[in-house]
Amino acid sequence: MISFSVNRRHVSLEVDPSTPLLWVLRENLGLTGTKYGCGMAQCGACTVHLDGEAIRSCVASVSRAAGKEVTTIEGLSPDLSHPLQRAWIAEDVPQCGYCQSGQLMSAAVLLREKPRPSNEDIDEAMTGNICRCGTYPRIRKAIHRAATMMAAGGAK
Amino acid sequence: MSTLQIERRTFLKFSVAASGGLLIGLYLSGASKLAVAEERSGGAFMPNAFLRIGTDERVTVIVNHSEMGQGVYTALPMLLAEELDADWNKVAYESAPVDPKYNHPIFGMQITGGSSSVYSGFEQYRNAGAAARAMLIAAAALQWNVDPGTLRTESGAVLDGTNRKLTYGQLAEAAAKMTPPAKVTLKDSKAFRLIGTPAKRLDTPEKVNGKAVFGIDVKNPGMLTAVVARAPVFGAKVKSFDDSRARNMPGVRKIAAVPSGVAVIADSFWQAKMARDAVRIDWDEGEMHTFSTSEMMQQFREQAKSPGKSVRRDGDPDAALARAAQKLEAVYEVPYLSHLMMEPLNCAVDLRADSCEIWTGTQFQTVDRAAAAKAAGLPNEKVQIHTTFLGGGFGRRATPQSDFVVEAVHVAKAAGAPVKVVWTREDDMQGGWYRPAFLHAIVGGVDASGEPVSWRSRLVGQSIMTGTMFEAMMMKGKEYDPASVEGVDDLPYEIPNLAVESHQAEVGVPVQWWRSVGHSHTGFATECFVDELAALGQKDPYQFRRALLKKHPRHLAVLDLAAKKAEWGKPLPKGRARGIAVHFAFESYNAQVAEVSVTEGKVRVHRIVSAVDCGQYVNPGIIASQLEGGAIFAASAALFQELTFANGRLQQTNFHTFPVMRMNECPEIETYIVESNEKSGGIGEPGVPCTAPAIANAVFAATGKRIRKLPIRMTEAV
Repeated sequence: MISFSVNRRHVSLEVDPSTPLLWVLRENLGLTGTKYGCGMAQCGACTVHLDGEAIRSCVASVSRAAGKEVTTIEGLSPDLSHPLQRAWIAEDVPQCGYCQSGQLMSAAVLLREKPRPSNEDIDEAMTGNICRCGTYPRIRKAIHRAATMMAAGGAK
Repeated sequence: MSTLQIERRTFLKFSVAASGGLLIGLYLSGASKLAVAEERSGGAFMPNAFLRIGTDERVTVIVNHSEMGQGVYTALPMLLAEELDADWNKVAYESAPVDPKYNHPIFGMQITGGSSSVYSGFEQYRNAGAAARAMLIAAAALQWNVDPGTLRTESGAVLDGTNRKLTYGQLAEAAAKMTPPAKVTLKDSKAFRLIGTPAKRLDTPEKVNGKAVFGIDVKNPGMLTAVVARAPVFGAKVKSFDDSRARNMPGVRKIAAVPSGVAVIADSFWQAKMARDAVRIDWDEGEMHTFSTSEMMQQFREQAKSPGKSVRRDGDPDAALARAAQKLEAVYEVPYLSHLMMEPLNCAVDLRADSCEIWTGTQFQTVDRAAAAKAAGLPNEKVQIHTTFLGGGFGRRATPQSDFVVEAVHVAKAAGAPVKVVWTREDDMQGGWYRPAFLHAIVGGVDASGEPVSWRSRLVGQSIMTGTMFEAMMMKGKEYDPASVEGVDDLPYEIPNLAVESHQAEVGVPVQWWRSVGHSHTGFATECFVDELAALGQKDPYQFRRALLKKHPRHLAVLDLAAKKAEWGKPLPKGRARGIAVHFAFESYNAQVAEVSVTEGKVRVHRIVSAVDCGQYVNPGIIASQLEGGAIFAASAALFQELTFANGRLQQTNFHTFPVMRMNECPEIETYIVESNEKSGGIGEPGVPCTAPAIANAVFAATGKRIRKLPIRMTEAV
């Protein structure tokens, strides 16, 4: 039995502890917003927060989450109110949308650590997240926009 | 193919535009039959196959194209909402089921491809909105007992001269009883309120909170998950397999041979994958076990030395070449490429004795349904496909053989329960249906004043049509595949002596369309060679193209716009240089200027300026996204991507060996639209072909070295 918290809800699961957290989130907990892209921490589609840090859930066994707090895209905000979600909508960022959960989760950690990120900060924080549709220019703009919103008091 | 009849006249070449008039006729004849009968429940108004208005004011547009990022769930509803005068905030989308009434008006089947969704739906969706509007007005006129001619519509309501108002929701029930109009008048484009505006995409909210359902997210009651062990070499067959270890692994329900390999069916993906990796298979590897791409390219080079099938011949290129003051020969090579959608292939199937339901992200509903029905042993109408969001498509999810759908039906047969087949990234990359490798051997010459007098392109590569259901209709009367030579067979440059020849290579690697199809390599080869000819005659590459495009105003307009916005000719910081390219594809014109630098053999793209003329457009925001995405997609291929085979085995497996451009490598991209009243053209693919040649030509300007092989490696530059 492995117990942890997901989006502030306590869960206890009977599951092989070596199973990647990604598949436990998607299949056992029905949180399919977190995506599978590569299975080897190359693309970032599976990015979630473990105790506030961005991790690639496709290579993190579920046992790593024991006793910790996991946040997925479903827990970013209950109502699209997170500044990043608002900025993503304002900049029309997603195309196919498949990588965007991971992009948002990486960006959320960036903004917490660097509330006014430079372009170099964005490069560093976001380079682990691949977007095949090529939404990078809009992701960059949206991160700057969210930072501005947060600085102006839009933060939650 | 017996289960699917496609008439040649309805399936035209992808790049052939629709006739607007024809579409109106086709649509209206279909609409009258469907009207009223479509009304289902709850007082909803369903005037035709494309629209449902609820008493709650919700306007749901049923979209007959797949949303794979290109924005059809927004652009097509905009067309309908424009003529309906709907309140855009009340508009929603829904994916269409498989039904002939949702066929592509040009291709005669349900398909998303050829960058044609918006231009083929331009009249179809507007007609649907206009017909509904007329019925809503008629319902209001009846209720108020006034002449319908005195009423107007605005933002989801019918109003009279005194601004008395009935909303579409209030009118829904009554409107459902009205007779559809025999014909409708569409708005003059000057009256558009929505078309031409950068309306926000309707699907963004559910793509930023994790709610959007892609095929891989589908979960049905009692559903199992399967991972399939497929042939390590194309054409290999299972001789025998040993599942003694896998069988007893946790969660494993069944292991069974299927036509494509061995399927491991388990309670969850991870269990299925672990067990799949534990199955030992003895393969009969067949003829391809010695296949190598380096040997194949060597054969292509040999083939290119002899004349191919004639595609186009103007004047006498050989005689003109003999007389030319200066001559140039260049061989351009491009590799096999994977579509590499972010969402690996998957397909969920619920197969019962008398029906089959399928959930997947597909671009090819009609063909997939027919293929699934054949595999299931059911009539077509007993098979339904629910199209989910596609986590990228780029052509891979429109496979004439429906490989991932047919396989899932076979797995469902073996499973005896609802099942979802999920491909790993490695499975997806090794699964074939690539952009074919191509070689272009080009010879050309200029006269004493540097004007081009001769050009001969000889192409070697695999056909994407041969062996498919489209072969007969697409290649009829031709000795070559038009999709191999598109973009060079219509070379717009005024060169008096011009030949295009095609060698069709027979290779056992499955190939098909990849975003921009033949243009993905013809754009590169032709735009690099024209640049080389300019240099040969010591001309500026932009002005050289201009002089040869005098009869092509739309090419010229995008070329001039891109050059102007990129400040062509203005000095750049040391080490940086610009390259230019222009190309016509999918009914649209694109020109790009790339700005690059080369440091220690590494090419860095700093900026791309892309200008497009896609005729009358619907949503300039989506156009900009597609141009940005097209350039990044193409730059990834130009800089990094190559599939190679040795001993029949693919040597790339995942993103680390087949890289995609990342945030830190992404150039600044500026996009511009030429205002145009011409017929609407494509946008998903036209932004791809110019990027590689613009970058390659910029590399030449920066270093004096020519790039003739992709991906770009400075060690191979000449």
